[in-house]
Amino acid sequence: MIAAERKPFEQIKLVTDQFENILVVGCNTCVAVCLTGGEKEAEQLAAELRLQRRNDGIGGSVETVTVLRQCENEFVDSIAADVEGKDLVLSMACSIGPQLIAERHPAVRVAPAMNTNMLAVVQKHHVWSEYCVACGDCGIFNTGGICPIARCAKQLLNGPCGGSQGGHCEISAEVPCVWQLIYEKLATFGLEGNLSRIGGPKNWSKSNSGGPRTMKKEGFEP
Amino acid sequence: MRSGSILEKVLADGKFAVTAELGPPKGADPQVIIDKANILKGHVDAVNITDNQTAIARMCSMAAAKIAIDQGLEPIMQMTCRDRNRLAMQADILGAAALGIKNLLCLTGDHQSFGNHPEALGVFDLDSITLIKMVKDMRDVPQFQCGEEITFAPKLLIGAAANPYADPFPFRAVRLAKKVEAGIDFCQTQIIYNLEKFEEFMRQCVELGVTERCKILAGVAPLKSAGMAKYMKNRVAGMDVPDEVVERMAAAEDAQSEGIDVCVEVINRVRDIEGVAGVHIMAVEWESAVPEILSRAGLRAGSGS
Ligand code: SF4
Ligand code: SF4
Repeated sequence: MIAAERKPFEQIKLVTDQFENILVVGCNTCVAVCLTGGEKEAEQLAAELRLQRRNDGIGGSVETVTVLRQCENEFVDSIAADVEGKDLVLSMACSIGPQLIAERHPAVRVAPAMNTNMLAVVQKHHVWSEYCVACGDCGIFNTGGICPIARCAKQLLNGPCGGSQGGHCEISAEVPCVWQLIYEKLATFGLEGNLSRIGGPKNWSKSNSGGPRTMKKEGFEP
Repeated sequence: MRSGSILEKVLADGKFAVTAELGPPKGADPQVIIDKANILKGHVDAVNITDNQTAIARMCSMAAAKIAIDQGLEPIMQMTCRDRNRLAMQADILGAAALGIKNLLCLTGDHQSFGNHPEALGVFDLDSITLIKMVKDMRDVPQFQCGEEITFAPKLLIGAAANPYADPFPFRAVRLAKKVEAGIDFCQTQIIYNLEKFEEFMRQCVELGVTERCKILAGVAPLKSAGMAKYMKNRVAGMDVPDEVVERMAAAEDAQSEGIDVCVEVINRVRDIEGVAGVHIMAVEWESAVPEILSRAGLRAGSGS
């Protein structure tokens, strides 16, 4: 899923203080599972804003609406009536949400309430870990199904580097060395010898570095 | 000859090579390098010119290497993958060769979070091993990484680092063998204090045939104080400082002299290990210790004898 967390209230308020009528839009998919941007969290943020704005003597209204997914036109289009008459839409989706809302409702100002962090797994309750950076050329069959591009601090294709000690990465004792995990995983298949083959260099042209990407399904007319 | 460097000749002649380290300044003053070069000149075969070491911004290794050449000291220019992509690296490699630099040490580089610009983007387009392969292809094919021909090849002796103390231990010699496969001519190891582990690492290197194709220089360093020994033991990634070394430093009356003695003892031990072709002395910001270490070890630069 996409993991995103809410910006600090102080930062959100710097933007919202400039506007009167505000619509907070929740998203009920990834960020709802993250417990950061779903319907409940949208209502919480709206309540916080109302209280702060009453104390600060700012007029206007703060309303909420939540859609299933802010990354699809039909859901974003469905809030047209809610957006009507608002000065600011505050999106609680990953940062795709505010961009699509701005595109589909060009008359209104839009701001993100979230910081989009990563493509993640739920490691355990309330802990998400980055597993993929959408590099566009997945090579994890060679690394035991474990991604060194997203999970090695230096995106090495020939790790573990000289900083790997005791199973953790040189950057922090809190961060596992993913190349140690890759080594151990391959060893379970008796394949650690595969790591004597040189990996890379990576073709970054398939990643975001190659320019913004679009994807079309062949045989279908857009 | 691949590069025509002094280091290449010393190693090819089977002489015991001696290299040291020269860190460029955090400023634009060439005199800092001139002064350090004059301390080291005549004592060592070549000096490593570090490249934004530990991710701290400094004068670039190419310029500092050129200043060392002008002082009559042969540089080993270090290049990390952290700060530049393959385009910039190839440009720098050609430029370095054009300036008369003949040795290049290829490193991945410490993560930017260690340094004074932790907010910087880490590039890591290549890693040390794909960098080595690129340099070898530039020199020997000769071609750019993309496969296009190079009309005037950069003649460089290619080096790398190796850390016997990183994990998993059984993979460390294998990883050095990968660097040999990619194209290195020599390597310098992490600073050695734990000799038993280093001996085992060297045995594995001999077994894998690494020592036949690559000259291994054992990394050594003089400790300045017990505090430094403790810091290295506990805080520096990839180090292995045994307790007895820390205790010895703590008990010493003259810590600096003791540190030099420990270093000399390590040098004397590694000289007897099969496959060790030289030493690399890392006396960072203590260049003046190098002549003293060499004289106590009875060593002269291979080129000097
Ligand atoms: S290799 Fe690329 S696509 Fe595959 S998991 Fe890693 S970042 Fe994602
Ligand atoms: S310690 Fe492991 S995870 Fe960290 S940079 Fe090195 S290889 Fe990558």
